[in-house]
Amino acid sequence: MNPPVITEQERAQKELAVVGKGIPKADAGVKVTGQAQYMHDLELPNMLYGKILYSDRASARIVSIDTSEAERIPGVKAVLTAYNTPEIRFGFLKDNMALKKDRVRQYRDEVAAVAATTPELAEAAIKAIVVHYEDLPAVFDPEEAMQEGAPLVHELNPKGEPNKDNRLRLPWKFSAGDVEAGEAASAFIAEGEYETGWVTHCCLGTAGCVAAFDPDDNLTMYSITQIPSLAKADFQEAMKAMGVRGKVRVVLTTLGGGFGSKLDTYAFEYIAMLLAHRTKKPVKILFDREEEFFATSPRQPTRIKIRQGCDAEGRLTFRDISMVLDNGAYTSWGATTPTVMMMPSSSLYQVENVRFRATCVYTNNTYAQAMRGYGTPQVTFAIESNLDELAEKAGIEGYEFRLKNANLPDTVTPQGFKVDSCGHVPCLEAVAERMDWAGYRAAKAARLAGDATGAGGDATLVESDTAGVPPVAQAAWTELPDKVRGIGMACLLHVGGGAKIYKSDGCGTLIKVDDLGYVDVYSGSMDMGQGLDTILRQIVAETLGLGVDRINVVIGDTDVCPWDAGAHASRSTFVAGNSALYAAQQVREQILNSAADILDTPRDGLDLTGGMVVCADDPEKTTKIEKVLRKAHFASAGNTMFMAAYFYEPPTDLLAGDFKGNYSMAYAWGCHGVEVEVDRRTGQIDIVRYIAAHDVGKAINPLLLRGQILGGGLQGIGWALAEEMIFDEGKLLNPNFRDYKMLTALDSVDVEPILVEDPAAAGPYGAKGIGEPGLVPTAPAIANAIYDAVGIRLRKLPMKPEMVLAAIMEAEGR
Amino acid sequence: MAGMDKKNIHFVVNGDPVSALVGPEWTLLRALRDGVGLTGTKEGCGAGECGACTVLVDGTAVNSCLFPALEAEGRSVTTVEGLTQADGNLHPLQKAFIEYGAVQCGFCTPGALMSSKALLDQNPDPSAHQIKVALAGNLCRCTGYTQIVEAVQAAAAEMNGTAAAAVGNGSGAAASGAGATGAASDTALAGVTGAVDQPSHASTSGEVTA
Repeated sequence: MNPPVITEQERAQKELAVVGKGIPKADAGVKVTGQAQYMHDLELPNMLYGKILYSDRASARIVSIDTSEAERIPGVKAVLTAYNTPEIRFGFLKDNMALKKDRVRQYRDEVAAVAATTPELAEAAIKAIVVHYEDLPAVFDPEEAMQEGAPLVHELNPKGEPNKDNRLRLPWKFSAGDVEAGEAASAFIAEGEYETGWVTHCCLGTAGCVAAFDPDDNLTMYSITQIPSLAKADFQEAMKAMGVRGKVRVVLTTLGGGFGSKLDTYAFEYIAMLLAHRTKKPVKILFDREEEFFATSPRQPTRIKIRQGCDAEGRLTFRDISMVLDNGAYTSWGATTPTVMMMPSSSLYQVENVRFRATCVYTNNTYAQAMRGYGTPQVTFAIESNLDELAEKAGIEGYEFRLKNANLPDTVTPQGFKVDSCGHVPCLEAVAERMDWAGYRAAKAARLAGDATGAGGDATLVESDTAGVPPVAQAAWTELPDKVRGIGMACLLHVGGGAKIYKSDGCGTLIKVDDLGYVDVYSGSMDMGQGLDTILRQIVAETLGLGVDRINVVIGDTDVCPWDAGAHASRSTFVAGNSALYAAQQVREQILNSAADILDTPRDGLDLTGGMVVCADDPEKTTKIEKVLRKAHFASAGNTMFMAAYFYEPPTDLLAGDFKGNYSMAYAWGCHGVEVEVDRRTGQIDIVRYIAAHDVGKAINPLLLRGQILGGGLQGIGWALAEEMIFDEGKLLNPNFRDYKMLTALDSVDVEPILVEDPAAAGPYGAKGIGEPGLVPTAPAIANAIYDAVGIRLRKLPMKPEMVLAAIMEAEGR
Repeated sequence: MAGMDKKNIHFVVNGDPVSALVGPEWTLLRALRDGVGLTGTKEGCGAGECGACTVLVDGTAVNSCLFPALEAEGRSVTTVEGLTQADGNLHPLQKAFIEYGAVQCGFCTPGALMSSKALLDQNPDPSAHQIKVALAGNLCRCTGYTQIVEAVQAAAAEMNGTAAAAVGNGSGAAASGAGATGAASDTALAGVTGAVDQPSHASTSGEVTA
């Protein structure tokens, strides 16, 4: 169905009443009063508590499982293993099973599960299960795992055919132009290897679910998924595997955070289904914090090799990227992150000759998945760090180098992205202006010049920097101040108008209006705290000329909400927003057409605004909207009420084969600038200033949008400087907030957002997505600033003080 | 076995005398949630590391996941449910958290509110740094903390009467630049609200609906 376009011009002429306003989040009231119901708060009558026994080996054959003692504990209602349950396969390649049979491949493998009347009894039962293992060879390094003769993590593929090696057979390759020709035409080439490790989402609310079957075997799954419709399909498929004929309903509780951690279904959800079906009682599984750390899937670790070149004038000639990703033991949707990494690889800056290859490799590590940015933070770390190295080789200042190569509006990138709105240059300029980039550079040059002539040995040297000057050419390092400052920047490209990684990138919306002028909006999308609930209110309120308090957004129930591809790819404001907009426009037309009849006036002179049907031709006919609603409903004949349905499918391309096409309806751009202070004695990095300029198309809600940039920014700063899951041969050593260093309020940085509004033609009111971009360029911006300060190029995250210090000491010959 | 030595404890929760049957290993968090039925207080880690379970015990902020339930005997406990005033109006902190965007997923919110309340009870006019120190034990993954700090400053200003209508009646009027910067006792806030390119947050529902 084509969206109605009749109201576009009317809307453009009207001043926006609620779109563009910083309206507080719709559910903030219930959250500040403790009334919001999270999974932790959900109790059903007769509910049992499920608990999972995980493998304590990275790679082993299961010799035996003795559950007899556990079964004898009073209050224990079911003890399940793969040997007394149907096999449920799940995951992107269906290489994972709810309960593992015969062998385990990672420490978090689910070996057995129990349901009991209390969590304590469930825990006791788990402890009473005895499993005998026989260790098998294991492999923990993805590059070792690719070697010939490496232990196979999976001997067979899901079809039962033998695997030759640990490489996943995924076609993540892209090329455009002629990289060799580009290289030959280069005056300067920079290459480097960059590494990013495991980090995890750290949702404050741990994962969980309640599975409940009715007597007809219909399942209600109380869930915290970010993909209600896809999860429903997954669970329905599992029902088939279980031989259960009923239907599935997915109902969301309030989520205690998402960040991509809930873009896949997990074994624990299928285990809850098995336990609930076996016991005929609702079963709740709720992770404790340690489980949240080791049994949910972290960001995909990457090792990235990059070469970039430019001509004598500093124009990019080619970019060549290859990477290895540690997939872990099973395959989630996270294995598709390279399809998104292709985006900045091919299209961030103008570069015609591009090559990209990614290999995902099985290891006996924890299996990884999506996290905010979906791979783009990792690859942007390589691209933007390496870009500074190339600029230095070319003798061109980094900001100027970026401007020279920046993306422009109304262009098509080598991957076939149709870039219409493009705020890349404005974002660069905004950061440079806010940080007084030129002034900073000039002052630095003056200081260095002064230093060289011996005139710099005064107090003005306190914030000296040394970048670009080889350490050996420096004056004695011991004479430098302990704390030195530097600036760096990095840009980003992200999808801003959905991303067709699944065969549909759509979202459905139903809208109904009651007799009193209250509107219920049923959206397939969901909210994990980002504010989609509020954005939809604003879009519908604006379209219907009502206040947001009249708009009730209903999300998170697959029995009443239409299909949606899930909350990922920063797509919800754009895709769910457009879906709601077009549904609301239909309702608006219905109301105005009825009003024309009821008020006996031409439709063209009518408008909905301020809760009124406004009649421009005859102001006396202007009336409250609810009067029209009631007159239409309670008419003597032709009674009607107003409701509409709309399914919005962005007309984008599902990329496959050569991976060329238009992936998204809009592209989001940004630039982060940072000033750091490096302590040469300790390696400590302090963020002095952090600017985050983002092309958001149109800020539908500046208050919530700012929250996305601030929150994404600090997550990214933590990723860059502090966060790290530490594994020893597949075993997570720091599954708690004491040892996993998430930034606290005291560590927080006052990120300064700058909003660049270059409207997206296809976006709702011009909006682009902003959920992920705030995180994407953080690490390279900081790495570039550290280099500027101390001349040390850090290529591995996190850039912890000990790593910084070691690199400084090596460079200084200490 | 757990439960065999359960004991009735008597304490005051949000001004009301209550009793709860608790086991010797129970935490105050569990007593509040399972014994008293107040689920606003959240468990984020169970180990005193995240602060989501923060409540006030005789006015002092504690991690209720570490506080033994039996130790609550005779004490006065305030939870997030007790922040709401007797007349049903929200506490200035609750209003400010709503209006300054300090709430996203909201799981850390009850604990952050209670740590903030403990701070303002002790120090009615804290600097941004003092607020960050007070909230250092309350992890938040969504917000990056900035809007939480701003909200606490705004609430302090509201309670001190130094910000005319900085925190309104829930209509979204609060975060307008004038109200917020006027409230600032610390330059950080002025910097933030002034420099953010944050369009003014005009009132919404009140204006639009008839």
